[in-house]
Amino acid sequence: MRIALFATCLIDTFRPSAGFAVIKLLEQAGYQVDVPELQTCCGQPAYNNGDLKSARKIAQQTIETFKQYEYVIIPSGSCAGMLIHHYPNLFEDNPEWKNKATDLSRRCYEFTIFLHDVCKKISFPIKNKISITCHDSCSSLRETGSKQQTRNLINSNKNLNLIELNDSDTCCGFGGTFCVKYPEISEQMVNDKVANIMATGAEILVSADLGCLLNIAGRLKRLKSPIKVFHIAELLAGETDKAGMGNEI
Amino acid sequence: MKSKSRNFKKNAVAALANSTLQKALQNAKDGFINKRKIALDALPEFEQLRSNAYKIKEHTLKNIEAYLKQFEQQVKNSGGEVHWASNTKEAQNIIVKLCQDAGARSITKGKSMVGEEVALNEALEKAGFETIETDLGEYIIQLAEEPPSHIIAPAVHKSQQQIADLFKEHHKKYNFKSKLETIPEIVDEARKVLRDKFIQADVGITGANFLIAETGSTVIVTNEGNGDLTASLPKTHIVISSIEKVVPTLEDTSVLLRLLARSATGQEITSYTTFFNGPKRNTDLDGPESFHVVLLDNKRSEMLNGEFHDMLRCIHCGACLNHCPVYNTIGGHAYGWVYPGPMGSVLTPLMQGLKESQHLPFASTLCGRCEEVCPMSIPLPQLLRQHRIQAHKEKINSTRSRLALKLWALFALHPLLYRLATNIFVKLLSWLGKTTGSISQLPFSHAWTRSRDLPSPQGQSFISAWKKQQKNKRMSKHD
Ligand code: SF4
Repeated sequence: MRIALFATCLIDTFRPSAGFAVIKLLEQAGYQVDVPELQTCCGQPAYNNGDLKSARKIAQQTIETFKQYEYVIIPSGSCAGMLIHHYPNLFEDNPEWKNKATDLSRRCYEFTIFLHDVCKKISFPIKNKISITCHDSCSSLRETGSKQQTRNLINSNKNLNLIELNDSDTCCGFGGTFCVKYPEISEQMVNDKVANIMATGAEILVSADLGCLLNIAGRLKRLKSPIKVFHIAELLAGETDKAGMGNEI
Repeated sequence: MKSKSRNFKKNAVAALANSTLQKALQNAKDGFINKRKIALDALPEFEQLRSNAYKIKEHTLKNIEAYLKQFEQQVKNSGGEVHWASNTKEAQNIIVKLCQDAGARSITKGKSMVGEEVALNEALEKAGFETIETDLGEYIIQLAEEPPSHIIAPAVHKSQQQIADLFKEHHKKYNFKSKLETIPEIVDEARKVLRDKFIQADVGITGANFLIAETGSTVIVTNEGNGDLTASLPKTHIVISSIEKVVPTLEDTSVLLRLLARSATGQEITSYTTFFNGPKRNTDLDGPESFHVVLLDNKRSEMLNGEFHDMLRCIHCGACLNHCPVYNTIGGHAYGWVYPGPMGSVLTPLMQGLKESQHLPFASTLCGRCEEVCPMSIPLPQLLRQHRIQAHKEKINSTRSRLALKLWALFALHPLLYRLATNIFVKLLSWLGKTTGSISQLPFSHAWTRSRDLPSPQGQSFISAWKKQQKNKRMSKHD
């Protein structure tokens, strides 16, 4: 069966290795993965800044781009939330596109949910014992609801020792354009998050959302912390011996 | 109070630099969140209550005119009077007039956020009345001449030391001179000062958490009992409230009360829950001789059938503030007007104008925790987004950010152009970060790099790398 990857603009730009890790795992689970070249961004920057007109146009473009796939896999809670929940809401006054958006929404899966709920029997090639901690993005907690799936995936591997974060349901302060519009507030929020991450003593931080990861990895790096940061797909694909985000390649 | 929401950014930076405030916020946050959690864990029927509360409020809002009429009739039947104020100025005038008619000199007040909304203290003082807040938190900020920083804990931003200092300065005139070192000592001194005020007062003004249509009662919840003394000792009791507080029956009120106390302070029920019904009856031993309810509209009728309808379900529990990571970082004063946090960022633009308070709906990560904890299931992030849509329509937000958004949308809607731009961007950033794997300084990006590095890309974009990989695969197949 052919399935499509919606790579997300941030993975496309900053972390191709996460995209390849997703594909590796999906292929292992027996799927052949397509990456439609005409994809761009899910449109959240427009949607969350009140520009509904642009958001609608981008949504229509995305809907068209992915119309022939049975499954669309999205390795980000916030982009998945956008396609699954917000696209249909964008077309309240347009039944034709509302239908199309709802149809796409039914075929979309956040990556960890797909791995957990749809791909049965998948094992992760993780060779050494690693202590990790996991940041749940706000959208993965409250829009896609993938917290439990993520935990089950991690705990299914004996080499992974998960240390939970304090205040794990508090936002990291990224918030899309929020972090550059209100940098001082965002800094304090990411500081609190990073303090909790460092307190776990884990070697590696993972998350399923690259926005949060750029924010957190950037702050960790500024504080010269040795904690390595990866997208959860990279962890599960056994690729944490490579350079983490913000580390020398 | 004049809104200072326009200065949100400056206010927020000042709040972040204020270490006393930061400490107070940290303590308050942990307390509120933990207590609520314990209370909810012990209440398995929370979700059921929540959905009942939703139905009750929606039903009421749909029939609000009828319920308000019924309420007014019942207040009349019990000997009281209802006054309607369509805006804050009218509310001020009505109350000043009532106090003048009562021949008042001194007025005691219980905590009321609607009172804050109409800037009642300022109006009463301007009219020459001595006005004393009797809720401890409100009393403290009245001495400090500050607005409340939280809708249920107005002085939550103050440290114990700051309060002791305030009392020392202001209680000298009553001959209180001892050093206040513990919280009970502080409370005790406030109680002594306030006792005389209660006895002297000619008019008592309280707020109302609910107005019950079937009985004409107004309900307040407090933990200090000050509301009861404020209402029942003076000759005149004035209740200031707003139209959306009406609830059909006593039974309905009990559902909302159960949610309110737990969501607000984690209590099963507040220490005092008082129902006021009209003035003193012949058979009563005490109570006020006259009873007035002033009901404020102030844009609420407009909200009723519009995009912000859901906000009218709010029962002012404060849970959305307590769980908001932005509120917990900067405190309530930064928001610049009387309602802070997520509920305030929805209400303030409606009541003070979106232009004046344009920062508030944008100063949120839309993390959704407020909606998650709201006992009335108010979709706060969606309502904030609604303001953002309006701001975009009215071109209120900065030209710079509008331009950036426009440019970005242009690229996002032209995939080939987008690929080209992404590839250039990725190459450039990869080159900048090639030695250390991250970038610590970038032109035009101070907002990001002031406190974070930017993890550098990996040499090429994912889509380009993928295309190359596919091409190689095809070529090796042909070989
Ligand atoms: S919006 Fe909801 S959580 Fe916030 S104060 Fe109102 S009822 Fe409470």
